[in-house]
Parts: sequence; C-alpha cells; structure tokens
Amino acid sequence: MTTEQTEITPDEGSESALSETELTTAAPEVLATSLGDYLDAWWRRIKNGESGALPVIAGLVAIIIFFQIERSAFLTDQNLVNLFEEAALYILLGAAETFALLLSEIDLSIGYGMGIAGFVLTELSAPPVNLPWWVAVIGAVAAVGFLGFVQGTLITRIGLPSFIVTLAGQLAFLGIMLELANVDSTAVGGVIQLSPTSPIYKLVNSNMSTSLGWIVLAVCLLLFAAVTLYRNRSRKARGLHTPPVGVTVLTLGMVAVAGILLMYVCNNNRGAISVIRGMPWVFPFVFLIIAVYSWMMARTRTGRYIYAVGNNQEAARRAGIKVKWIVTFAFIMSGATAALASLVYTSTQGNMSTSLDGGSLVLYAVAAAVIGGTTLFGGRGRMVNALIGGLIIAVIFDGLGLMGVSPAVQNIATAFVLLAAVSLDAIVRRRAAVR
Amino acid sequence: MSTTEGNGALLSLRGIQKRFGPVQALSDVTLDIPAGKVTALCGDNGAGKSVTIKTIAGLWEPDGGEMVWDGKPIRHNSPREAEHLGIKTIYQDLALCDNLDIVQNMFLGHEELRHGLLDEDTMEQRARETLKELRVTTVRSIRQPVASLSGGQRQSVAVAKAVMSNAKLVIMDEPTAALGVSQTRQVLDLIKRLAASGVAVMVVSHNLNDVFEVADRIAVMYLGRLVVQGPASEFNRQSAVEYMTTGTASPTAA
Repeated sequence: MTTEQTEITPDEGSESALSETELTTAAPEVLATSLGDYLDAWWRRIKNGESGALPVIAGLVAIIIFFQIERSAFLTDQNLVNLFEEAALYILLGAAETFALLLSEIDLSIGYGMGIAGFVLTELSAPPVNLPWWVAVIGAVAAVGFLGFVQGTLITRIGLPSFIVTLAGQLAFLGIMLELANVDSTAVGGVIQLSPTSPIYKLVNSNMSTSLGWIVLAVCLLLFAAVTLYRNRSRKARGLHTPPVGVTVLTLGMVAVAGILLMYVCNNNRGAISVIRGMPWVFPFVFLIIAVYSWMMARTRTGRYIYAVGNNQEAARRAGIKVKWIVTFAFIMSGATAALASLVYTSTQGNMSTSLDGGSLVLYAVAAAVIGGTTLFGGRGRMVNALIGGLIIAVIFDGLGLMGVSPAVQNIATAFVLLAAVSLDAIVRRRAAVR
Repeated sequence: MSTTEGNGALLSLRGIQKRFGPVQALSDVTLDIPAGKVTALCGDNGAGKSVTIKTIAGLWEPDGGEMVWDGKPIRHNSPREAEHLGIKTIYQDLALCDNLDIVQNMFLGHEELRHGLLDEDTMEQRARETLKELRVTTVRSIRQPVASLSGGQRQSVAVAKAVMSNAKLVIMDEPTAALGVSQTRQVLDLIKRLAASGVAVMVVSHNLNDVFEVADRIAVMYLGRLVVQGPASEFNRQSAVEYMTTGTASPTAA
C-alpha cells in the first residue's frame, strides 16, 4: 500500500509533510498561477509518469508518423475517415468495458452482448416487424442492459467473480444470438439485411452535408468555450482557484484546431470516382456518447461513486454508498453501451450476421480501454481513454493493412502495443507507491 | 477514584456488557464522554478498547447495560444510526479514497447537489471553510488527490470529513500510530482544536506521551473492565501504566 510507506517517513522540520517539489509533482497544475508555472508543473508531472492521456497521445502520433513514412497513402482523407469508422466500434466497446474496469471488474460478455443487440435491432426494424428505428434501438439497449443487470446481480448478490459470470455470459449470449437467428425465418443463413433507407444503415454510410458539419462544429466550439469561461468566472467570483488565463486560451485553441482539422479532412472530397464529402454520422454519434459518459462520470453522484467504489470499496460502503447497486449499474451500462456499439457494427456491415466474432471483439475492447490509460485495478481511467485507445488499435490495423502485413502479424503488433501500455500503467503505479 | 461526569456527559455508558460466545469481551463498562473535551481511552492489547468503540459506533449491539446520549437512553444497532445521532468513528484505515481529491473525500456520500448534479464549487468552498476552522494549513490545494498527502494530512482530512458531517462525538482509533514527530504534532493540535470547538472527542491510544499531551480525561480499561476514569490531572505516567498492566494502582503511584 502506498499510504503506509508515506506515513512511516518522519518529516521533522518542514511545515508540510511533502516537500514543495513532491507536492507539485503529485498535485500538478492545481497550484499554478501563471502559464509558465502551469507548464512547469505539467512537465514535472510527465516526467513522473502522471500525465494522464499525454504519453498515449504521443504514442498515437508516433505510430501515425511511422505509418505515414512507410505508406504515403496513410494520411489521406479517405484513409483517415475509414480509420475512424473502424475505430468507432473499438471506442464504444472500450467505453463499455471502462465501466467495469473502473470498478476493477471485467465484462467479457459485451462482444456477444453486442451480437444479441444487433439481432434485436435488425429484427425489430426490418420486415416483418417493421418498428420505427428508434424503437428498435431502445429495444436493443433495454435487452442487453437487462442482461447486464442480471450479470451484475449475480456478481453482487451472490458474490461471484465477474470474470467467471461474464465468461459464462459470453457463452450464453453467443447461444442466445444464434437462437435469435435460428427462430427468425427471415434470417437466411443467419444474416438479416439492413434496409439502405434505415437511419441505422445511414449512421456509417451517409454523411452530414459540409455546411451542416461546419455549423455543428461552430456551435459545439462556442458552447464549449462559453461553458469553460462561465465556469472560470463563477469560480473566480466565489474566490476559488481558477486555471491561469493562458492555460484556458491554450486549451480552447487546441480543441478548436483539432475540431477544425477533423472537419476539414471530412469535408474534403475523398471519393475516387464520384464526389464524397462530409463527416459520416457515426463521428458525432461516438463523440456524443463519450461526451455524455464523461459528463456523467464527472458531474453526477453515480459517476463519483463509481470512482470511489473502484478505489476503496470499504470506504465507499462506510460513506453510505450502495456499493452493490453501483457495481450492478456499471454492468447495466456496459451492456447498454455494447448495444449502442451494435448500431455501428450493423451499419458498417450493412447487415447483422451470426459470423460476429464477439470473443475477439471483447479483447479489443479491454485493449482499447487499457491502451488508452484505464487501469485494470480500478478507480483510475476516463471515458476519453477509450477514445484514444480505440483510435490506436484502428490505426495499427489500418496501417499494417496498408503495408500489406498479414493479419497474424497485425495481431502480434497489437499485442506488443497492449503490453507497452500495461507496462506504462505498472511503472506509474510503482512510482506512485515509492513516492 | 472513578469520577463520572454525572448528567453533564454527552454520552454515558452504564454497565455495558458484550459477550462473544464464551468470551466476555466487556463486563460492566461505565464511561462518560463530555462534550468539548478530549477523553483518552487507554489499555493494553485485548483490554476491550476496540470492542468499546465498535459498540459505541453501532457495529455491535451490547448484551447488557445502557447508553445515554444527551440525557436520553439510546439503542443503535447500525453504524448508520450512530452516525445519524452524530457519532463519527475514524478507524485507523481512515476510509479515504486515494483517487479522489480532498473535497470529494470530505463530501463522499453527502455530496452537495444543484439541479441534481454535483455542485463542486459549493463543496469546495465549504470544505475550505471547514479546513480553515480546523486550521489545517499544511494542505496547499484542496483539489489534490488524497494519494499525494502525508499521513498527518490524511488524518486531518478524515477529521475534517467528520466535522463536515456535523459530528457531535468523534472517536479516533490510534490517530497518531505510524506518524512521524511533526505529523503527530499536527494531529494532536487538531484534536485539541476539535474539542475546543465543542465536539466531544474520544481518542484510543497506546501512546502515553500523546495521551498526557492531549487528554482532558483519561479512562483505562483492563481485561474487559473499565477500571478507572477521571480528569487527566489525577493521573501520572506511573499510575496510568499500573492501571493498564494490573488494573489497579499502588497507593504511592496515585
């Protein structure tokens, strides 16, 4: 335990128990009053291995540069859009897995949970049922969310390990998925086609118009800036610490540049024969989900309690937190998120089929979350990590694919990236323990 | 020389008994804990200190005797009920979440909400005021994660958390165990200020230096019995040790 080690250290003399340097490395920008201070604290923090998403983003950039040098086709508009479309699935499954990982649990069932959702979705929205697409979506989310509830209940009420319960879930959900295809006479050979007019089909295969894209981006950026500035102002009015103006401006600037760059790439013509422009709907779909989840984790009691339970279950219990419900809720969310991922999957495929490899997908989901920086030991990690991790996996597959590398080698390369990410996590933990 | 506080005590234990199967863990524990004072509960390992505080904290129901809280007899059989009365126990593990910051820890389970969402600014402000009242000044930023704090600071956060929840009685289990010299100083000062603010404080400790430094009243347990309680001035180091090791004191010692 980290605490014992710090407690034994005697510290005669100094007012604060930690020296100034130690304090700023541990608690970085919270003390900074100017941009220079802030960058200084930030740099110290990186050296200490506590920089959050930064090394991972640096890793992503490095991999991208490598592929660009190897294959000039990598950084083309078309490839970048394809790449993100591929990443969308890993990102959403990674977000689903993050709910479980934050509680130091694991959910191995989300791959085939997504399979069940895919069939519920297509069977409800396609003939002969023909329900509106949004009813089908709600049905899929409710169905797999309920399965998550069942698993969470088994884990918390009977006290079974989540690894085993969700491993059983993986098998059972595979069976349910096959059965759903069997009983449906329209599923020829285990495949249900998605109508090209369905909004679900359009999620990946249809684009926002370029002008709509710019408008949406502008509104989002303005909202983000307004909320940030409003927060800073109200905190200042109450005499609370606010980040230095320079940091705020820098943050807003970087977000704006990233958004504009992304929209620019999407709005360029990427079609080889006919003109294809605009951001595929799946982009805002994924961003919205990640944003809502991040907001939930940061601004609601439930989100706070997920972190508390993930770090110290006993402390959470004594604080009156309903630990069992929080764990159950996390499994409901991971199921429901897997159902949302099924929208991306079916849309990309244009159909739902029993050939879905849920076993591999769940491993990519864990990998996406962990590569992004979420720890397996609970209490540390964010939804954005899944976004970055999912992108990294997609970049590796895409880049190696462009280089003509066989799938076998692609898997091995991904394995090494995963190991590197987990090693990073372990090193950070060890440093924290020594401090 | 057992001196009870009579009706002035915030919490009075009267002949509390507790059995675990054939083992009589507590027999006839009579103890007064007055508001605004630090009561130290001393005793050797196995004397029944832990059982006593866990009984007060509502973890275990006593088998006999009664507890009087603010003049009224009480029976609580869950930590929640005890906390509802205003009894807050800080165990040695402190029950803090390392990954959350000081404010988040202080409000854990009692978050301030606005429109159903966490109201971070109000919480931060209130946390800062509480820390200021307790004069916890060694913490540079209350937005740093608890993992980055020293042992003394963590103890301070745990105390502030108790104060935050309007505790009337704060029970601290070995608060200075495993702390360095200056951190022990920090925590002892904090305990005195806490009592000075009108809160009843009970400190369980092995360390007689700390006990004599901080306690207004001392109570000694020996083999499940409360053998003596009284103002700290009626004790000296030798008599305290004798009570702790033999259950009585020789006339010369007292």
